[in-house]
Amino acid sequence: MKQKGWKECLWGGIIDEAGNSVLYKTGDWRSQRPVRDEEKCTHCLQCWIVCPDVSIIVEDGKVVKIDYDYCKGCGICANVCPFDAIEMVAEGSE
Amino acid sequence: MIQALSGNAAVAYAIKQVNPDMVAVYPITPQTVAMERFADYVADGEVDTELIMADSEHSALSCCVGASVAGGRVMTSTASAGLALMWEILYVASSNRCPIVMNVMNRALSAPINIHCDHSDAMGARDSSWIQIHGENVQEAYDNIMQAVRIAEHENVRLPAMTNMDGFTLSHATERLETLKDSEVQDFIGEFKAMYPLLDVENPVTYGPLDLYDYYFEHKRQQVEAMELTPDVIKKVGQEYGNLSGREYTLLHPYQMEDADIGVVVLGSTAGTARVAVKAMRKKGVKAGLLKLRVFRPFPKEEILTLLKGLKAVAVMDRSDSFGAFGGPVFSEVRSALLGEDTEVVNYIYGLGGRDIRQDQVEKVITETAEVGRTGKVKTYINYLGVR
Repeated sequence: MKQKGWKECLWGGIIDEAGNSVLYKTGDWRSQRPVRDEEKCTHCLQCWIVCPDVSIIVEDGKVVKIDYDYCKGCGICANVCPFDAIEMVAEGSE
Repeated sequence: MIQALSGNAAVAYAIKQVNPDMVAVYPITPQTVAMERFADYVADGEVDTELIMADSEHSALSCCVGASVAGGRVMTSTASAGLALMWEILYVASSNRCPIVMNVMNRALSAPINIHCDHSDAMGARDSSWIQIHGENVQEAYDNIMQAVRIAEHENVRLPAMTNMDGFTLSHATERLETLKDSEVQDFIGEFKAMYPLLDVENPVTYGPLDLYDYYFEHKRQQVEAMELTPDVIKKVGQEYGNLSGREYTLLHPYQMEDADIGVVVLGSTAGTARVAVKAMRKKGVKAGLLKLRVFRPFPKEEILTLLKGLKAVAVMDRSDSFGAFGGPVFSEVRSALLGEDTEVVNYIYGLGGRDIRQDQVEKVITETAEVGRTGKVKTYINYLGVR
């Protein structure tokens, strides 16, 4: 993305495009990745409630995936899961 | 209308006439009386202002920033340590381009504790991207507040403005002044035009986001530009105010400078004393002139160069020191404006902590500076006037 010069941008760093934080993918901040065990998961949605980055994707009341574009790897989901269905795995370890 | 008001009462009266949307304050001598008076106006229903009694000056200015970005016309008042406690938020206000108008009753900084006038408080804020205007007397203090509202809110400027006046010397002195009618004030300042207000929910904006090495520098460059566009606005507003009141203002006000050999540069109430000293020295045959610097930020470098170049010598009187620097803040900048010119510039630091400045002392400054002009030799560049 081409960066604007001082004559083009709004003063004070004001942002006038609501919701543009979606353009900023924070997934690459992650050092650990949550991996969900589909067999253990009961879709209780505790992880969905606590995820600070809206990265637990739910469709029709069921967890379908984790959005790694925005998941920062904080591990709250793994910590809160009553069924040990989410494990934190170091990035790059496979 | 002609009234006899103390500086504090005149400030309260001016803010009442502006009738801002919001005022947040914390008391500090010598401006407390101004805000007590203003609180009376609020209690008596004479203004529509929402008055917030904050728990510190840091909070008071923070409230002002919030109300300003929300979309309101905002004013406050402080002095000395209060201004020092606001320091962090001074930058937040200017960087968010909040056109807040703040009256500062200039007072020394602690320690040891001192409640009397010098300019250390305002000078500590000189790099904070606030417009700084100094008043010589109560009339000017009143007039400056009216003009500061227009200047700060101008779309080319959108910076906060500080109207300075000497603590006690003006705040607690009752003087005769001419005030405008409420309707004249309202017509002059016009309706407040909010820009990117937070309360405009149809057009949501974010203020104060994280701004790192990729854009911070650009936003600072914009503030430089705003300061560069400010002098023209100050001149235009000063003229318009002149048409309204009969009292015209500009960046600096020269006295007997047309044929002067020797110049004296001062800020604030000392200009009155210096004018009398210049008059007396003229009678003794010394061609002295006075340059009263009304606007310190933005610093009127071109006008200073035009008025002072060609003079034999210039004395700059600073009512604050910049410890460890080469002279006081006004001196440094005046001398820098005259870079490459033949005119010698000397500095007199005076009046710290409210130490009185007398006519004979300014005459001494003129005599010594005339000697510099005559001989071309400077004994000491930085002089301390009136210290034992």
